[in-house]
Amino acid sequence: MTQPRILEVRTRILKKNDELAREMRREFESLGLLVVNLVSSPGTGKTAFLKETLSRLLARGIPAAAVVGDLETDNDARRLAASGVPVRQIMTHGLCHLEAEMVRAHLADWNLADFHYLFIENVGNLVCPTSWDLGESVRLALLSVTEGEDKPLKYPGLFNTADIAAITKIDLAEACEFDRETALANIDAVRPGMQVLETSVKTGAGIEEWLASLATRRAMLTP
Amino acid sequence: MHELSIAMNVAELAREHSRLHGDGRVSAVTLRIGRLSCVHEDSLRYSFELVTEGTPLAAARLRIIEVPIRIWCPTCEAERELPGIQRLACPECGHLSGEIRAGRELDLESIELAPETTP
Ligand SMILES: Nc1nc2c(ncn2[C@@H]2O[C@H](COP(=O)(O)OP(=O)(O)OP(=O)(O)O)[C@@H](O)[C@H]2O)c(=O)[nH]1
Ligand SMILES: [Mg+2]
Ligand SMILES: [Zn+2]
Repeated sequence: MTQPRILEVRTRILKKNDELAREMRREFESLGLLVVNLVSSPGTGKTAFLKETLSRLLARGIPAAAVVGDLETDNDARRLAASGVPVRQIMTHGLCHLEAEMVRAHLADWNLADFHYLFIENVGNLVCPTSWDLGESVRLALLSVTEGEDKPLKYPGLFNTADIAAITKIDLAEACEFDRETALANIDAVRPGMQVLETSVKTGAGIEEWLASLATRRAMLTP
Repeated sequence: MHELSIAMNVAELAREHSRLHGDGRVSAVTLRIGRLSCVHEDSLRYSFELVTEGTPLAAARLRIIEVPIRIWCPTCEAERELPGIQRLACPECGHLSGEIRAGRELDLESIELAPETTP
């Protein structure tokens, strides 16, 4: 009897996606394009946050574009297009996350060198997008005051891969008896030292701080 | 169900590697899955069955090695294994540390090729 043969493979399961994403990031960064991947639960306020971001950038003449992942509809893209910047919808038809190839395919015939920023709104989900690198330079995890302070502890995997966190709908904090200190401590527990913004699209809180952070991060890209 | 996409990638890689090595029958596939990688083991097993059904991988067993989180604690100057996933704090001194040394794995470790059945 011969023995079964073991082949040591030792490779990332998502190698194909990782390699494509790495290539995309290299291209984006070489063009001076800062790409941001926005991840959160459904309804946290990604589209609202993005819309506010895009209209402020537009008002300052800073060129930006967005692609929006959604399961079935193109409502979010239409909401964003109203701000006047180029927007494309990626319909995933049931897939719970975006993959690098889907993003790449939707960038075709955009001249990326024209933009300073590209925003990718991921599918509303706090688990599935975690392991898919989209070639972004910044991953923003959003959490609204209506979701409860323990979200980061329930979804440590995702928060742990984020570069910045935004607490959204801060205008509703009091009505929701939002415990700010606990929320901040929980974010810090799963991603020690991460920058946290406290934002509202109703009052404009935190949005300028966000834009400043984007500018700083873009300035750090290789020329 | 991102586990379905993961299972498809596993199956594709396993086929690719078995073909490179004489196209033997794959009898087992071993994965290393870090506890921070957001993969639900049962969903992954179910998805793997689904995507391998009717393929040369149908009989392959799926082995999953769960990898605990390990952080570097700058206070203790030591690598520490964490008992859970909800606080990246040193179990000895309580220091929070984002320096993750293990726990994010999503790796195909090895494949096992069945012995040739010579008559
Ligand atoms: N009060 C308040 N409401 C907000 C704020 N941001 C978003 N909302 C509301 O929250 C709801 C959901 O916001 P969206 O921007 O659609 O959320 P989303 O994360 O894009 O949702 P999906 O794309 O479905 O995952 C909408 O009714 C928004 O008006 C905020 O800062 N304050
Ligand atoms: Mg949206
Ligand atoms: Zn310690």
